Amino acid sequence: MSALDRRFAALSDPTRRAILERLGQGEATVADLSGIAPISQPALSRHLKVLEAAGLIETRIDAQRRPRRLRPEAVAETTQWLAQLQQMAEANFKRLDALLDDISPEPKDQT
Amino acid sequence: MPAPATVTLDGDTTIVVTRDFDATPAQVWRAHTEPALLQRWLLGPPGWKMHVCEVDFRPGGSYRWRWRNLEEGQEFGFDGEILEYDPPKRMVERQTYIPGTVGGEMGTCENTITFTETDTGTHMVTRITYADKATLEAAMATGMTDGMEMSYALLDGVIADAA
Repeated sequence: MSALDRRFAALSDPTRRAILERLGQGEATVADLSGIAPISQPALSRHLKVLEAAGLIETRIDAQRRPRRLRPEAVAETTQWLAQLQQMAEANFKRLDALLDDISPEPKDQT
Repeated sequence: MPAPATVTLDGDTTIVVTRDFDATPAQVWRAHTEPALLQRWLLGPPGWKMHVCEVDFRPGGSYRWRWRNLEEGQEFGFDGEILEYDPPKRMVERQTYIPGTVGGEMGTCENTITFTETDTGTHMVTRITYADKATLEAAMATGMTDGMEMSYALLDGVIADAA
């Protein structure tokens, strides 16, 4: 599975998306995250492992604490494709803007 | 000047493109359905030309679009089937990527395009829905991992969905 496949697979689960949303507000420990879904701690840990393997989150070591946080690079990569698509679309639409002034609302006979 | 287009993901299988135009839905509709007009704006990066634009826009109709890189001669395209056709408001089409000499995998997607009249002109929403998550992932992976020129070519094809 490619890195991107792993990322999308990781994002396909609602609990994991909820974890990412929570981490979007700042880093959090497993205990902090336990309230986001009615699941056991081992299940929560498995979800965190999937997210970390997909490169979406990372673990910070802080004495006895192991808070998880988002990897900002991963978020940027995931949105890069949409940004490229947006640029290409907008270039076409700008050409269309210029063209629309010359188009009458009456359809041309296409027969 | 209209605000730039927005491109977002909706769930696992759908890309949503929105854009406003300073023109009536009837004008925007013509630009999206008449070949001579489509070929003037649906181009993509410099150097690419839509050299084939055969359209038969009606319910049950179809189209055949091909782009060519004028310098290197590479080609790709899209074939479409028209599922719903309600001028100048709404069109639903099933679109299949034709890799040509460019390659890549984008499979088939279903596009719903709506034009709504606003105070200043027309609001367009295009929903591009892939058959499943894997197909969308393949489209995105192709666009992200291959050479810039190729991803532009492929992305340009996706923009055809927005058309």
